[in-house]
Amino acid sequence: MAKYKIAPLKTWQRAKEIRANYYRDYEAAHEKGGLRWAGGAWTFDAIPAGLGDDVHSITSEPYGATIAYQKEFSDRCLEAAENAGYARDLCSYMRNYWGSILLDEYGWVEPGEERKPFPKPDFVWQDHICCSHAKWYQVVSDLEGGIPTFDIDVAVGPYDKTTKHGIDYVVGQMLDGIDWLEKTTGRKYDDQKLIEAVYNTCRSESTWAEICVLNQAVPAPLEEKTMYSLYVLGTLEKSSQEVADFYEELKAEVEERVANKIAAVENEQARVMTDTQPPWGFLRVFRYMAAKYGCVSIGSLYTFALIGNWLWEDGKFVPRPTPQSQGVELKDREHALRVLAEWELSKPEWQHFYSPKYKSDMMIQIAKDWKLDGVMLHYNRGCEGLSLGIAENRLAILEAGFPVMIFEGNMGDEREFDEARTTARIDSFMESLSIPKLT
Amino acid sequence: MIEMFQEWYENRHDYAKHWKEENGGKVLGYFCTYVPEEICYAAGVLPVRILGSHEPQDVTEPHIFAMYCPFCRDCLAQGLEGRYDYLDGIMIAQSCLHVRQAYTSWDLHIPTDFSYYLPMPHNVQSPRAVPYLLEELKSFKKALEDWTGKEITDDDLKRGIEIVNRDRQLMRDVYELRKREEPPLSGLESMYLVVSSQMIDKEEHARALEDSLKQLQDRTMGRPVGHRLMILGSEDDDHEFVDMVESCGSTFVIDDHCTGSRYFWDRVDLDGGDPLTAIATRYVNRVPCPSKDWPERTRVPHILDLANEWDASGAVILQQKFCDPHELDIPAIKEALEEQGLTTLFLELDVTVPIGQFKTRVEAFLEIMEEEDLF
Repeated sequence: MAKYKIAPLKTWQRAKEIRANYYRDYEAAHEKGGLRWAGGAWTFDAIPAGLGDDVHSITSEPYGATIAYQKEFSDRCLEAAENAGYARDLCSYMRNYWGSILLDEYGWVEPGEERKPFPKPDFVWQDHICCSHAKWYQVVSDLEGGIPTFDIDVAVGPYDKTTKHGIDYVVGQMLDGIDWLEKTTGRKYDDQKLIEAVYNTCRSESTWAEICVLNQAVPAPLEEKTMYSLYVLGTLEKSSQEVADFYEELKAEVEERVANKIAAVENEQARVMTDTQPPWGFLRVFRYMAAKYGCVSIGSLYTFALIGNWLWEDGKFVPRPTPQSQGVELKDREHALRVLAEWELSKPEWQHFYSPKYKSDMMIQIAKDWKLDGVMLHYNRGCEGLSLGIAENRLAILEAGFPVMIFEGNMGDEREFDEARTTARIDSFMESLSIPKLT
Repeated sequence: MIEMFQEWYENRHDYAKHWKEENGGKVLGYFCTYVPEEICYAAGVLPVRILGSHEPQDVTEPHIFAMYCPFCRDCLAQGLEGRYDYLDGIMIAQSCLHVRQAYTSWDLHIPTDFSYYLPMPHNVQSPRAVPYLLEELKSFKKALEDWTGKEITDDDLKRGIEIVNRDRQLMRDVYELRKREEPPLSGLESMYLVVSSQMIDKEEHARALEDSLKQLQDRTMGRPVGHRLMILGSEDDDHEFVDMVESCGSTFVIDDHCTGSRYFWDRVDLDGGDPLTAIATRYVNRVPCPSKDWPERTRVPHILDLANEWDASGAVILQQKFCDPHELDIPAIKEALEEQGLTTLFLELDVTVPIGQFKTRVEAFLEIMEEEDLF
């Protein structure tokens, strides 16, 4: 008999709709007189929002992951990128993305329909903290025969050492970017839309963090495989009212699940977290852990904090309250940009770019507060940005007393993931944690 | 003459230890050529670039995931093996993620008095970069003052600029000689000149350069020049490799990498202005590392100009294995060079290089060039 009740998420269908509409809107933007832009999941998407409601984006990392999930198509994309001269060890999201351009095939396919041509963006709006961020779109522009591109450097040091001139540098680039957007698109910029988008960004990110905190409950109301499908909405369009509203709806539902002890894994008996993006074509390893060992992955710094925004002070890792909840009223363009810059620079997932110590400390705190038995680190060959410092994280987590399992793979290149070997490692890890098999 | 530079390079640790004894100053190990050495010289600190030793090692595996470049692992290995135990401090100027890992692991595991992360801006094509870097340089100057207990005046900064600029100018003068139909020095010798300048007191280095320049005027290599080649790409101080290529009937006459021309190409233009602003402007406007060369690819026209001016007919494109910034540039650079009529050879470097296998490929590459010359 199962230890806990389980139930499907009521908001699941709504999450699927938002994602599908996002890719449809991007593809169909020109038909409705709108614009298309491309940029990373970490870019300041609130800023192009000031160009109008008919301006739609495609964010690169989720798009690369969407392709990775379609193994046959991904293989063709990766091969196309390699045939064009791009090294096989580069970011696998990039290679999937470029392959989709080279093949001229769109990664989003409606059920029962043929694959459509890749919809070329009208402009690129990107940020840069990882070596691959701005360079990614340099290649996109090469492949597309030139696309107007604007990049914002956000690598101004860790948040606990933020300086006024660091914020000025980021805000200065944003202001230049708005001038550039007006010139490039010929549209007049609407500051009020920017202000709304900044409020939405903060609301999306703070609420997602609050949802992740609810996963401290035993049994966990969510498991990481499901969380991937939920946090992704923030990577698509964190500045939209639709996404911010959705997270509030989801939070209410997860609170209800906690109150009623509705579990994600019906026989939860072990709790772990992972790190970095998973091998998207092999999410079934999470099902394997749950079914065979009652092991729930409660998330990771990646799922919590790529989109969620947190305060990390005095050994506490808590959701960052939104500026609006603190009584901050955005007055004008520059004020909105300054608040946005300061808000995003504080993201936990941006800190390890300066030292692995930041990430180690946060991961250890999560391991304590989310009551973990162990940690599974994905040494992800597909992402140098998020694997940065991961070996030092392993050493620090072990020193803090938490068992660590590592597995090597690739988030977007299935050729570099050995499923059988990984499940064998999971078996050994569970045995070392003294977690009995359920079946 | 040239042997002195080679000797300095090979005995870099002995040199730095001796320098400390002689001068009583501090030695600062640095990880990337975006570190503003002018300010170090102004502070009386000797900056030495931390480089690998090109030897197999087994000490970095617990600290750096194997998909990061061999250069960063080789650098960290030197620290973990205690070869830089004379350093008083370390620093990095923000560039690629790979070498950053060598710095952060060093910072975590090898105690030093001084450790500094300079957030050098990436968006060097933005007008916002110089004002930002200027403020960061002020902070760095203050940190050095606190560390050394000595104020750095504007005159000190001007002296630091003069020291580094002089060496840069002399290196440019040497490179000018390589344009000759019969260059007076090989690519290997040139490499020793540049790489030694990253670890030797620049005043002493410049004196040796000046003497060498006089002698180079009438010198010949004493062997046929063969094919005139360019070498470009990631960090490369692999003398064995350079020597092997040149022994196959060619001469490297020009380069674009950070132990070559990219390191010294641009001078600080003081022009009576504020010295720190001048330094910030130099580092923002210098020939960029690919990690900072966006959204425009400014390296491509620069590389083509070098190939053209130094009359190179072939290019060896080298890349440290897993070096993403270079991997992202190489297809565009290769295409541009080939459109300009150069034959290219792409090779991937590891900590040690398979000289035998590479030699076969180099010989084939040179044979292709010969066929192209015939037809």
